[in-house]
Amino acid sequence: MEACSISNLKLREFGCEQSLLSRPDGSASFIQGDTSVCAGVYGPAEVKVSKEIYDRATLEVLIQPKVGLAGVRERSQEQCVRETCEASLLLSLHPRSSLTLVLQVIHDDGSLLSCFLNAACMALMDAGLPMSCLFCGVTCAISADGQIVTDPTAAQEKESRALMTFAIDSTERNILMSSTKGSFSVHELQQCIVVSQKASEKMFQFYRDSVKRRYSKYL
Amino acid sequence: MRLDGRQTYDYRTIKVTFGTDYGCCFVDLGKTRVMAQVSCEIVAPKESRPNEGIVFFNIELSPMASPTFEQGRQSELSVKLNRQLERCLRNSKCIDTESLCVVSGEKVWQIRVDVHVLNHDGNLMDASSIAAITALCHFRRPDVSTQGDEITVYSPEERDPIPLSVYHMPICVSFSFFQQGTYLLVDPCEREERVMDGLLMIAMNKHREICSIQSSGGIMLLKEQVMRCSKIASVKVSEITELVGKALENDRKARKAGEKCGFAESLPQERITALKTDKTPVEAMDVTEKVDDIIQKAEVPPLSVPSPSLPVPGVGQVGQNTWGLDEEEEEEEEGEEDRDSSGEEEEKGTKTQKEKDKGSQTADLIIIDEVVELSDSEEEEVVILHPDT
Repeated sequence: MEACSISNLKLREFGCEQSLLSRPDGSASFIQGDTSVCAGVYGPAEVKVSKEIYDRATLEVLIQPKVGLAGVRERSQEQCVRETCEASLLLSLHPRSSLTLVLQVIHDDGSLLSCFLNAACMALMDAGLPMSCLFCGVTCAISADGQIVTDPTAAQEKESRALMTFAIDSTERNILMSSTKGSFSVHELQQCIVVSQKASEKMFQFYRDSVKRRYSKYL
Repeated sequence: MRLDGRQTYDYRTIKVTFGTDYGCCFVDLGKTRVMAQVSCEIVAPKESRPNEGIVFFNIELSPMASPTFEQGRQSELSVKLNRQLERCLRNSKCIDTESLCVVSGEKVWQIRVDVHVLNHDGNLMDASSIAAITALCHFRRPDVSTQGDEITVYSPEERDPIPLSVYHMPICVSFSFFQQGTYLLVDPCEREERVMDGLLMIAMNKHREICSIQSSGGIMLLKEQVMRCSKIASVKVSEITELVGKALENDRKARKAGEKCGFAESLPQERITALKTDKTPVEAMDVTEKVDDIIQKAEVPPLSVPSPSLPVPGVGQVGQNTWGLDEEEEEEEEGEEDRDSSGEEEEKGTKTQKEKDKGSQTADLIIIDEVVELSDSEEEEVVILHPDT
């Protein structure tokens, strides 16, 4: 299992809408192909004394699945998203406050964790929270015959040998968080990381375009 | 004149859109946004009703909808909404549950309706009831055939899924009262809800049949007021039912024509806050060179793994084993044991040790052949007991 073949790497069509909900301080919906996620942010707001941290804001992430109650899988995804956000938000600017990020699954067709990360970043931007860098999520799957597929659909994920999601920051393209499943070699891991870094450039360009459109005077 | 310019009996703009799969629907009532999803599963039926399927409703007040909603769902509002939705849809028997039976007494379909409130700007009940009934009308369940004892569930690719049989569409209409019933407003928004005295909810279908009425808030209404409200409700319900019917029809035509449906397609393009791109390729030209570079520069990981065994204070075997032991005793609990296979004898030794510990309950000392001191008793002197053979 040494080198994978890389060819025809594509990202599905993506779309984003900001400020679609009136109550949350910041909200965004992010769509990758058929996978779509809605995010809402409240904060900085008052925090319960039991949860307050004296020098930083307390970030809470809640993931709501579409059917049924949240379980262990949602908790682990919440952990991944929370660690990424804590690494990029400037939490020390709002001590003893709470930030709540709620993510709702609208439709899951693969690459769900990276969709969560992208929606979270857009919602945090929409809320105007201070961040040291933006982040984006990219999912790579290694299929049974060694092909690397970026942004896999649910069918592709099911047939893959390994599935990896990376959160990449915007300033130096470093990896903020990685979540992997399946077996792969070190060489394959490094290939996927480099591929994700390349793909993240497209994502950041998209962020830039959508924010530019939002604050432009003419459409 | 209301805050947003509406008249007393005006509803806010209602928009109904559908998701990618069957049974997913979004309702926008002004700024209140609600999503409903219907799913199904085969389960054993209730004992009191072996021929009928089960319909289960659940309204989730997502913390996204309002800063006052928290994750633990037992708030009063949540209970009230859930109860009202159940009364409106289940007690009115709008779904034919007998058609959901697969094998009488053993297997029936359980239809589950999850309603997620995404944004709370007032009148959650109306929006939820419209979303729930629309999603039920939109949903298609897999086709099932029984051959003797075997049941085959066909996937959507094998056979077309079947819609549920819905007899009628009950829709809730909410009226809010102010100043002891003097003023009445239809479809209160969130600010109006906060200052209202009482709320009257009438669930009705387009055939002018009332499915449920609930009055809360302790206001006393006159008979004429209630009659007036029911007349208004019948007008509103027929308008809303027409709107929902049109939306279902449009969606059905679009799916038949093979257009891509779903949330992605309904992303409004003309809005300045929305942007969409097409499939983009990712350049992967110099990936292999970069990767080889990284791997060469990285340190070689140590090939030898330190042995997992830990140095332990002696747990030596104590003399000859004179007890008749069964080998399948409890496994050692102490983490300090040596787990190598060479330590088996030692493990057996400690097992026998524990047996002896259990055997002699009274004495602190453990006697075998020789007199051996093995306890951490705090007694200064060693007392030797004569063993009873």
